[in-house]
Amino acid sequence: MSYMEAPDIQAPRSQRTFGSSGRSNFELYSWLFMRISGLVLIFLVLGHLFIMNVLDGGVQRINFAFVAGRWASPFWQVWDLLMLWLAQLHGGNGLRVIINDYAERDTTRIWLKSALYASMVLILVTGTLVIFTFDPNIS
Amino acid sequence: MPTAPAGTLYRGREGMWSWVAHRITGALTFFFLFAHVLDTALVRVSPDAYDTVIATYKNPVVNLLEVGLVGAVLFHALNGLRVIAIDFWSKGPKYQQAMLWSIVTVWMLLMIPGVYFMLEHTLSSIFGSA
Repeated sequence: MSYMEAPDIQAPRSQRTFGSSGRSNFELYSWLFMRISGLVLIFLVLGHLFIMNVLDGGVQRINFAFVAGRWASPFWQVWDLLMLWLAQLHGGNGLRVIINDYAERDTTRIWLKSALYASMVLILVTGTLVIFTFDPNIS
Repeated sequence: MPTAPAGTLYRGREGMWSWVAHRITGALTFFFLFAHVLDTALVRVSPDAYDTVIATYKNPVVNLLEVGLVGAVLFHALNGLRVIAIDFWSKGPKYQQAMLWSIVTVWMLLMIPGVYFMLEHTLSSIFGSA
């Protein structure tokens, strides 16, 4: 009976592992995030540009009082906060892809991405803090 | 020794150039966003600090850069819709060229009045009130 012993064949198309951390779906989720955040940003950013740059004199009428008037309303606070986070993550992920595409040396890639992530943290923390702590009576 | 060129996926024409333009407009917008969040953060310093920096945006040269920014963002937005259609619509890849020329047309139709309103103040201050 032992002559029919099953041969030891490897499973076909065994999955490659990437790096030391193994396989992950990060790139799939980042691809999906770009499309979903992009759709929301079309609404938020084009609305922002239309109000700030085109409508009623555009940039000419913008000053501290104008900003104070807008951020008196929770509607525009939420709008700007959502726009800040989505734009920064969407743009940061886009730059991450560009760095991965063009920076061939490992050390170059690591340094460029470190600078990118540091700038993203700086902008997200600063921007969030400004929206939450805005004081219209500052002197 | 120079490394041998890798096989290329660049195929030219509308498909490749819209991809190139999407990258460039996206990267430029990201760099502007960095500056823009920091200039807005000056509202936490003082109204004067903020108004002084915003005054630089009201300069005619920066006004032209502003038109460039709005044009870049608008292209990126419209082409992004095209990319989504190519990815999710079964006939998207077949119509990708036609969709590019459609969004270029929409871009021009929106930019013509947009540029007028953005440059209105600069033009009237240079050439007198028309």
